[in-house]
Formats: sequence, structure tokens, C-alpha cells
Amino acid sequence: MRPSPRLLLFAAGAAGTAALFTAGVLGLPGFGGGGHPYADRAVRHAVQQGTPNAVASVTFDQRAFDTLGEELILLSAALGAVVLLRAVDGEREDAGGAHRHGPAEVPDALRIAGHLLLPPTLLVGVYIVAHGHQSPGGGFQGGVVLGTAVHLLYLAGDYPALQRLRPLPLVESAEAAAAAAFVLPALGAAGQAATGRVPALNAAVGVEVGCALVLLIGKFFDQALLLRETGPGTGDETGGGTGRREGRAGGSP
Amino acid sequence: MILQATIALPVLVAALLAAAGRWLPRPAVDTAALLTAAAVTALTARTLARSGHDPQVAWLGGWGPGTGVGIPLAADPLAAGLACVTAALTLAALAFSWRYFTEIQAIFHALVLLFLASMCAFVYAGDLFDAFVFFELMSVVAFALTGYRSEEPATVHGALNFGIVQSIGAYLSLAGIALLYGRTGQLGLAAIGRHLTGAGTPAGDGSGDALVTAAFVLVCTGYLVKAAAVPFHFWLADAHAVAPTPVCVLFSGIMVELGVYGVARTYWAVFAGLVPLRAIAVLGAAAALLGAVMCVLQHHIKRLLAYSTVSHVGLMLVGVAAGTPGALGGTAYYLAGHAGVKGALFLAAGALLNRHETVDARELRGRGRGMPVTGATFLAGALCLAGLPPSGLFAGHAVTEHAVLELGWWWYTPLSAAASALTAGAVLRVWLTVWRGTPTEQGSGSAGDGGHEDPETPGGLRSVPWTMVLPGVALLAAGAVAGLMPGGPVAAAAHMFADRGAYAGLVLDGAVAHPHAPPADPWTLPGFAGSAGTLLLAAAIAASGVRRPAAARLRAAVRTGGARALGRAADAVTARLHALHSGHVGDYAAWLTAGVAVLALLTTRF
Amino acid sequence: MSVLPYLTAGWIMLAGLYGIVTSRDLIHAVVCLSVTQSGTYVLLLAIGHRYGATAPVFSDRPPPPAGPPVTDPVVQAMALTDIVVGATVTALLLALAVQVARRRGTLDPGALRSLES
Repeated sequence: MRPSPRLLLFAAGAAGTAALFTAGVLGLPGFGGGGHPYADRAVRHAVQQGTPNAVASVTFDQRAFDTLGEELILLSAALGAVVLLRAVDGEREDAGGAHRHGPAEVPDALRIAGHLLLPPTLLVGVYIVAHGHQSPGGGFQGGVVLGTAVHLLYLAGDYPALQRLRPLPLVESAEAAAAAAFVLPALGAAGQAATGRVPALNAAVGVEVGCALVLLIGKFFDQALLLRETGPGTGDETGGGTGRREGRAGGSP
Repeated sequence: MILQATIALPVLVAALLAAAGRWLPRPAVDTAALLTAAAVTALTARTLARSGHDPQVAWLGGWGPGTGVGIPLAADPLAAGLACVTAALTLAALAFSWRYFTEIQAIFHALVLLFLASMCAFVYAGDLFDAFVFFELMSVVAFALTGYRSEEPATVHGALNFGIVQSIGAYLSLAGIALLYGRTGQLGLAAIGRHLTGAGTPAGDGSGDALVTAAFVLVCTGYLVKAAAVPFHFWLADAHAVAPTPVCVLFSGIMVELGVYGVARTYWAVFAGLVPLRAIAVLGAAAALLGAVMCVLQHHIKRLLAYSTVSHVGLMLVGVAAGTPGALGGTAYYLAGHAGVKGALFLAAGALLNRHETVDARELRGRGRGMPVTGATFLAGALCLAGLPPSGLFAGHAVTEHAVLELGWWWYTPLSAAASALTAGAVLRVWLTVWRGTPTEQGSGSAGDGGHEDPETPGGLRSVPWTMVLPGVALLAAGAVAGLMPGGPVAAAAHMFADRGAYAGLVLDGAVAHPHAPPADPWTLPGFAGSAGTLLLAAAIAASGVRRPAAARLRAAVRTGGARALGRAADAVTARLHALHSGHVGDYAAWLTAGVAVLALLTTRF
Repeated sequence: MSVLPYLTAGWIMLAGLYGIVTSRDLIHAVVCLSVTQSGTYVLLLAIGHRYGATAPVFSDRPPPPAGPPVTDPVVQAMALTDIVVGATVTALLLALAVQVARRRGTLDPGALRSLES
């Protein structure tokens, strides 16, 4: 379809959808009003089970099945990324030590700051995971902090160090193991008190989310930084320069 | 615990394969996956067997119905049956990929097992938000599996189209779920249903009604995108043409049908009597017709089978939209038959791909010699698609037709006959071309080099192993005798499904209903007559489609001016239809938005 | 206007859809998809809001009715799930987009060939 008929079609559809949605939300209770029956029940049960963070209680105790689905989605996406971003025939991966990636000249201040910030950030991530059942935070939030904190090394200009810190096969296995560790408590629990279970599930989620993020970002890095075509006419080397590689079209994607 | 075990087992084995797959030998991976699928098949069969008199309901985590925060899993007979079909198809798909399918670190097997777990969880879930979460899990695994052979350009393009369109639908569904939560303060299907009827929202009650309509339309959008109703169907052919064969079996056999299940379950547990279903009927009928026409215009076998799925699932949507337990029973027969037959046809196409490195029917002309079982599968599959008794499609068509005629839907019979005849005729034409045609000389192929595709095994196979042939035969046999399922239990299952009070009673109160249902009876004279007519029509369509050089020259010589003009008009329409399925994701998104508006228009009671 | 937050959510979703429809770059389309999804976060969290209420965490104050009212933890949990789902779908679709760019050399949907034969 040409762009203008497509836009017209969309405009007609959007008008109808907007009318439907507006009519629908007019039937909702007003914003900020009272009347949250499920919330009241959930808070009551959270307090009874001794979990101060009601959101953590809902996520890991009352509605743990949702979280199980979420965990599995994360696992599937990580596995999918491994499959989709793999080196295929005609490509091969360089050893990462052959290049030093990142901006060619990383200022010393950046390098030092990156290295210095890494341990405190990791500690903050662990703290957020560990205290997730008592204060705002939890496995997901802390896992994201952990998963992205390690990439401070890349920002500090030292990609080979990042590769050494997180060997991808190990990360994959750790992620799958954490997902498995989540399944049994989530499905098998039947009415036991949540005091031990929520922190344990929190930790499993933290590990899994952290590993999944590291794996996903790592696969993208491999694809962007390390993959070389082995066909003829691709003898170029983009070495330490900008660290970007060329695709078949001769431009960066 | 059996419901939890059904979901936990494939997940645990999948996690194991994902963790250790890099170091495990291929036979171990194959065996582990196959045994798991077999175990899940056994578990779901047991659940199905018990569901007639003692349907399993499990409240997870010890949070029972009294607490108001729990999540139920419910296996009423139709849901249990769907779970069993899913497990059986997965078993067949894994058997097909035994040993020869190109594998990366055991990830394919892990993803297929996760797919199985997600579909079982979706079917059993008694909570709207959980249904959404496992629907998304199903979708994510489907995206990854579609793009599996990422070295092919068409594969990643098709997978991306699939991903974007399906995700838009899912997010619109979530908006609908949010609306329902805002109104009722519940997320469980049965609980919301009780709330909506208990609070009394009669038709014409101003503000209350609009929210219910909006929520229904939005929630069904995601399911209808999955079920490939028109105009949400564009992704399906793109995805099926490029996904690996065992994955296509699962897609066409059960994943698309779960969209139909989603619509049906949401309607009968939550919205029954509150919204009209005519929108679903219209979109389903359009899918049946458009899918059938596009099917006949294809030469790529997997794309042809994909469009035939669009068509048959459209007919299933019409069966659900009739809104009666009788039609629902017919749809159940139809689904069972279609799953077996379509799965077998895809496996046969996969065997062709691995042997000849192409699935273009023009390229394969006459090269079917040496593959008799595959040829028999195509022939028998085509006849079953046309409604050969006692296939499930025959029974489904007969029962549904009887049920909708009571509603005055006279158009169902000609629509169903036309759609079935066209799709069956297209598959029959493939059989005639590949197994009865005369081989063309190499290098004169009209398809040029566009027909070649890489096989799914490392290097093509000289002869097709029995692990690739037997699952197809088994699936076909199952689909061909699905019409023999006794009508009493099927009707009882449909009545239990289509009764909001029965479902709420089962899930919330633990009360098992025993509806008095007249048994479904497919063995009627109109059923046989319809089947015979469709078979003849399919044969005619197949014969007219096969190009014979002498006949073509004769036709060209004899053609009058009027016939020539008609031919030109038909070519123009064909070209327009092909252009519409452009592969452009912006087009697909625009059609999706328009489709939501159409749904809204047809569902609103003005 | 007490429905404005809900209408905002709807606007965000339609704006994202507009972006996908008119996109000339597949990565832009994937990001527009995540914009569409963020409309659902706004809708969920708006439904759970309560005027004068605070976060549903009781480590430092007593729960209601002894303490102040709290916002709805259930929609927050739902939004959390939604965010994870969205992030993973985006990651997967971006991986596919990267591969489309490498195989076809372009990310313009208009320049990619149809898959019809």
C-alpha cells in the first residue's frame, strides 16, 4: 500500500478505537477515588503473612504464578537471543582480546571512575534484592541493577575485562538454574507461611534477571563487536577505532 | 497437583536443557525432550479422562477462593482436551526433529518444551491476567522459534512482522484487562463474571455497558490476532512460510486455535449475554473466505497450508460466535480433526523440503516418486480437509451446520463448503502436481531460482527416515478418526463450557455440574450430502488448477473475448490480493487498528 | 477531570501505533511498540491510584486502618510483570531487526520484499 492509503486506513481505525476506549474509561471509577477492593484484600493478606512490602507479597506470594510466567518469558527471550544472534555460516567470532573497544581514547578519569563505581553498584544491587521483601525493591529491580552494573567495565573502555568477568556459557547455565529454582516453590507451595519463601524467591529472581540481562546485552555486543564475515572482500579491520563493524551493505545497521 | 505437574515438568526439563545443553550429547537431548512430551501427554490424558465426572481445579499457593486473592487452574473437559491435543502435537513435532533437525545447544528442544508448558498453562488458567502472561510467553517462544533459521533473510523478516503485530494485539488485550480490573476489582474469570452479572448490568444501562463492550473488544483483539481473523491475519502466512517444520505443526495445529479458545473462554466465563458475538462471526467468515481464496493462489506449499489454516480457523470462529453449546461441540470436533490433519500435512511438506530442498509446487512437479507415504499423506489430508467421513472436520461441519441452522444462519453451509473445497482443492492440486505430474526439465522451471530453500537438516537427506514419516502418519490417522469421538461426552463438555454459572460454580464453589445435553450427532444425511458435495467441488478445483500443456494451448485458442476479459479481471484481483499481503509491517498495523474499529462498531449496541 | 489520566494512556497507545504505521525504519517501529506498551503502564497505575495515599510498604509505618491509606499493590505488581514482558519482547524484536539489517542490508519496511511468491 502507498503511504497515504495506509495512513487513511489507520486514521479511520484510530478514530474508532479512540471512541471505543474513551467510552470505556468513562465507565471507570474516577481517578484517585476510593474503591479498591482487591487492594484492600491484598494488603490485609500481606500484613498477615508478615511481608512488609505489599507489592513483594503480591508478586511472590499471592500471585506467584504470574511471576513464574514472567521468569519463563525472560528465560525464553534470553534463549531466543542466543539463537537469533548466533554466528552463522560465513561469519566467525573474534577473540575479544584482539580489540580494545569503546571510544578510542577513553579519558583516564572515565576509566578510573568506571572501575571505582563497579563494586559499590554491585553492592547496591545485592542490597536491593536482599531487602526487597521489606522495602521498595526486590528481585527484578535489583537484578536489573546487577545486570547492567557489570557493563560499567565496557563504558570504562575495557571490553575484554567484561568478557572475563562474565563468561557467557556460565551465565546461561546460572540463569536456567535460577529459573528452575523458582518453579518448585512457586507451584508447589500450599499455604505455608511466606516468611522464608518470599526472600528465597526474591533471590532466585534477582539471579535470573541479572543473568538474563547480561546474556542479552552480551549477545548484542558479540554481534556488534566481534562478528566478522569470512567471505572474500571483507578483509577490512575496524580494530580499536570506533569499534563498530560493517554489515554486508557497507554501513552500520 | 496434576495440573501443576503438567506445567512444572516441561519447564524443569527445559531449564535443564538450557543450562546443560551445551555439554549434553544430541541423543540425550532428544530423549529427554521426547520423554517429557510423552509424560505430559499421559498427564493431560489422565486429566481429560477425569474431567467428565471430576474436573480438576487447583488454587495455587494455598490461596483458596475464600481469600479473594487466589489464582485458580481449572481443567474442564474442553480445556483438558485442548491440553491433550497440545501435548500430542508436541510429541509428534519432537519425534520429527529426532536426530536430524539442526540444533543449537539444545535450545530448540528447550524452547519447544517451554512452548508446551505455556500452552497448557494458558488453557488451564482461570485468571485473566495469568492468561495474558502465558499468552505472552507463548508468543515470545513463538517469535524465537519462527526466527530460528536466522541465516535466511525471509525468516527474520517474517518473524519480525509476526512479533510486532502479535505484540500490539497483546498490549490492547492488557488494556481491556485493566478496564475490567478497574470496574470489578477482580482478575479471576469466574469472579469477574459473577461480579458483572451480580451487580446487574442490563443492556441499555448507559455508562456500565460501554466499559463492558470496550473491555470485550480490547481483550478479544489479542486473541483474534492469534487466531488470524481478518484483518489481523497478515502475520500468519509470513510466519509459517519461514518457521521450521515442527514449529509450523505446533503453530497451525494448536497455537492459532488457542486464540479461538481465548475468545470462547472469555466470552462464556465473563461476558455471556452482555455483548453480541456478531463481530466475531463477521471476522471469522471473512477469514474463512479470504484464507481459502489466498490458499488457491499459492505455489509455496507451506504458505498454502498457512492460508488454509486461516480459513479453517475462521470457520471455527464462526462456530464459536454462534453462541450455542451445539455449535461449540461442532467446533471441538473440527479443532481435533484439523489439528491432526494440518499437522500431518506440514510434516509431509517438511519431508519434501529435506529431501528436495524446495517446497515450491512448481519446482517439485513430478518429483514425488520415491516418497509414497508422503504422497498418501497429502492425498488423504486433502480429502479429510474437504470433510471425508469420519474425519473430525466432517463431524465438526455436520454438527455446527445443524446447530447454526437453528439460528437461521443459512449462509454458513455455502461458506463452509466453499472454503473447505477451495483449501482441499489446493492441497489436492499439490498432490496431483508433485506425485502425478510429469517432471519438467531442469533449468526451465518457471519459478527460476526463487524456489530453492535450505533444508532443515545439516545437508539434505537422500531418503526420509522413519522418524520423519511416522509422526505424520499417526497425526493423520488421529485426525481422520476424530469424528468417531462419542457425541454424548462432547456435547456434555460443550454444555459445561458454555454455561457461566457452571464454570463459576466449578471454580469458586467446587460444585460439578452435570448438564443434560442432547448428544451431538454428526451422522446425518445433510452431513453426508455436504461432505460429498465438498469433495466433488474440491476435485474440480484441483483438476482445473493443474496445468497441462495441451489443454492450455486449446484453451488459449478457443478463448473468446468475454472469457479473456474475465481472465484479465481475475488476474487483476489476484494481483491486488497478493499486493495487499505486502510484508510491510506498517500496513499490518494499520489493518489491525481498522479491525479493532470494526470490532467495536459491530459489538456496540447503539 | 478525573478521566484525564486514562485518556492519556489511550493517547500514548495510539501515538505508538501511529509510529509503527508510518515508520521507515524497523528499529524505530520496535521502539514505537514499546511506547504503545508504556500506555498500558499508565493505565494500570492510574487505575490503582488513590489521592492522599502512600506506597504500600509497611517497614516504617503501620498498615491501614491504623496508618495512612496506601495505593493499590496489585496493579503495581501487574505493571512490574508488564515491564518485564515488554523489555524481553523488545530485546527479541531488536535482535530480529539486527538480523534483518545484516541479511537484507536495509531496515526500511518499504524496501523489504514481500514474502508472497
